[in-house]
Amino acid sequence: MISFIAQRIAKAIVVLLALVVLNFFLIRMAPGDPALVMAGEAGAGDQVFLAQLREKFGLDQPLPVQLFLYVKGILNLDLGFSFRQQMPVATLILQRLPATLLLTGTAFAISLAFGILFGALAARFAGTWADTAITVLALVFYATPLFWVALMAILLFSVTMDWLPSFGYETVGANYTGLAHVLDVAAHLVLPATTIGLFFMATYARMTRASMLEVSRLDFVKTARAKGLSDSVIQRRHVLRNALLPVVTLAGLQAGTLVGGAVLTETVFAWPGIGRLMYEALLQRDYNLLLGVFVVCSAMVLAFNLITDLVYRSVDPRIEFAS
Amino acid sequence: MSKRKLLMSFAALCMLSTAAVAEGPKAGGVVNAVIQPEPPSLMVGLVQNGPTQMVAGNIYEGLLRYSSKLDPLPGLAESWTVSEDGKTYTFKLVKGVTWHDGKPFTAADVLFSIEFLKQTHARARGNLVQLDKVEASDESTVIFTLKQPFGPFIGIFEVGSLPMIPKHIYEGTDFKTNPANNTPVGTGPFMFKEWQKGSFIRLVKNPNYHIKGKPNIDEIYWHVIPDAAARSVAYETGKVDVLPGGSVENFDVPRLSKLKNTCVTGAGWEFFSPHSWLWLNNRSGPTANKKFRQALMFAIDRNMAKDVVWNGLGKVATGPSGSAIKYYTSAVPKYDYDPAKAKALLKEAGYTGEKLRLLPLPYGETWQRWAEMVRQNLQDVGINVEMVATDVPGWNQKVSEWDYDIAFTYLYQYGDPALGVGRNYISSQIAKGSPFNNAEGYSNPEIDKLFADGAVAFPDAARAEIYAKAQKILVEDVPVAWMLELQFPTITRCSVKNLITTGIGVNDGFRDAWIEK
Repeated sequence: MISFIAQRIAKAIVVLLALVVLNFFLIRMAPGDPALVMAGEAGAGDQVFLAQLREKFGLDQPLPVQLFLYVKGILNLDLGFSFRQQMPVATLILQRLPATLLLTGTAFAISLAFGILFGALAARFAGTWADTAITVLALVFYATPLFWVALMAILLFSVTMDWLPSFGYETVGANYTGLAHVLDVAAHLVLPATTIGLFFMATYARMTRASMLEVSRLDFVKTARAKGLSDSVIQRRHVLRNALLPVVTLAGLQAGTLVGGAVLTETVFAWPGIGRLMYEALLQRDYNLLLGVFVVCSAMVLAFNLITDLVYRSVDPRIEFAS
Repeated sequence: MSKRKLLMSFAALCMLSTAAVAEGPKAGGVVNAVIQPEPPSLMVGLVQNGPTQMVAGNIYEGLLRYSSKLDPLPGLAESWTVSEDGKTYTFKLVKGVTWHDGKPFTAADVLFSIEFLKQTHARARGNLVQLDKVEASDESTVIFTLKQPFGPFIGIFEVGSLPMIPKHIYEGTDFKTNPANNTPVGTGPFMFKEWQKGSFIRLVKNPNYHIKGKPNIDEIYWHVIPDAAARSVAYETGKVDVLPGGSVENFDVPRLSKLKNTCVTGAGWEFFSPHSWLWLNNRSGPTANKKFRQALMFAIDRNMAKDVVWNGLGKVATGPSGSAIKYYTSAVPKYDYDPAKAKALLKEAGYTGEKLRLLPLPYGETWQRWAEMVRQNLQDVGINVEMVATDVPGWNQKVSEWDYDIAFTYLYQYGDPALGVGRNYISSQIAKGSPFNNAEGYSNPEIDKLFADGAVAFPDAARAEIYAKAQKILVEDVPVAWMLELQFPTITRCSVKNLITTGIGVNDGFRDAWIEK
């Protein structure tokens, strides 16, 4: 198992470097550069100003030199300097990462727990009104655009009822500490986490339901029933456990996007996370910052792929570590 | 005056003064405002982005401020004199001013600031072209000597154009990498306290501010909220009290203005006078033809755009100069909405249906809708228009590479034709790779000469005559299609008093503002 993990990590590093080079060129293919953007926002910029900015950002160097310097930095675990924010990229990302992980982690946990629960319930009571209700709701949340759900949630719970805050990570200026602080952050977390969670919850519910129905028709379930096992044991130990494999696959894919996948939600709810950082870096052509976020996200995806494989093994012992 | 009358007027006077006391500024309170996008830095000497200027106007100060009529007011200079030949400006600095770190502000800082800004500030560099030398005759007297009279000179001292920079912090350092850039130190009414990137910027009252009793407000929080709809919700739910101009989509303004305890004003933009127009590529294609450009002016219903897209705010532009800035004249050819005339001119111009690329300004929904409206207007008279979608960097690139036929934009005018108008029409400003100059490629020696003369003509009457002539020629030539003098409404709780007191509006800081409890 150790050698399996070591090999996978070695492969991951090669993939990561390839991604860095690819992203480097992709970003520079987009029209405009950070100097132009900054001059534009100032509403004035003579040639001297633009040249100064480009020199400062190292954009006056030939492209291969820029790439060489960047890759060299990455190999030294240096993500470079953000042109616009005047800070090391690593610092910026580390500042924002906890907020994003809190948001997407919560959403992930909620969606996985409730998705499997509702999916299992729907399968258990297939054909009844409960099944229909869960399936219809899942379809609605799956099909509705996230930003619309977010806006409706804000309208209902913030504007009309005034129960939950509509933006930010905490109440600015309140200086809560201890439990009050935790509750304050939790209140801010409810709307954005639910918005992301609903979509994935719907996916998990539908997948769990379909997969369970399929497994429950298999021979070994009939055998279990013939042995006289109780229905709940059959559902839990024989059906659900075998039906979870595709859900784990999906969850592994989603976990990979935990870092970068919340761009829209973070923007609508002014959540100070990494998704927004990435979006703003893109609009401002802040090359190093954008690449830095990509690198961190890619590394996360690769890490979660590995973890997913390990989880497979524990869910289904028949799967072996092949190298 | 009879005794009784005297008594009565005395009583009235007493009542007046008590009323004034009752309504006078109150100390204390916190203001929550919106800032968008998040500024890259608050060091306004190095970065001049809109949001930077808006926050930094509280931290830094200039030598002068400007009224809504653009008359100079005391700032860090308490008085000033101009020599009779218009070449020597003498400023007396306010005494006893200190930087936020306690060091005194002196004439040496002024001299240093000029040198600093010449290196870092694109606009200041341009404004200071006519400066021959600047000297300090004592601690609190600064004398600027010009190479020749330069009419707009008295108008270049506001905090965004010529902020005062602390010499003791920056002298002998690499300005751009000085760590102090992250903890800006100015002389202004508020001091930098905290910046949580992505969330908020916090400023606190400067207890040693040089005007006794000011500022009234204790703290300002600038909230970073990236989504326009979320910004209006933040106001609706009472989380923020001030929405500076342009923070919410224009179609939200009527709804927000109807909320309880809400005041809306268009004041505070006189100095900038954002002027919007369509850049028309004068180099090639149908837009190179003057008749075609005139046809565009007749084809576009600007009044309707004002009423529908901008909720009636702003004014239809009559030419290159906005009506709030100096030497504006309305005595120019008129282009009222007249599709029939536009069609006739198109025929004269020999337009045969070539496709034109229209570039909207990627600054949100309002601009998108405006572009759609203009496309409709143009299609109505038979012009073949194709909309090109871009993001902000893409727009900058396309315009600065002259890769467009018609492009939306708006530019600030900075109160004087020599500072904010001429740059868009004179040939020396044609330069590929920069998005905010003569991007349309209009070149007319007569106009070049008029703007060159206008900047240095003396006295003001001579300037007025020159600029009137220039405006007439430009409106006849239509190098760009002028649209509207924009007005960005500032939305506040009515309990926030005295927020906008000068021609640069919110950018001048919350020095005089106070909160009614």
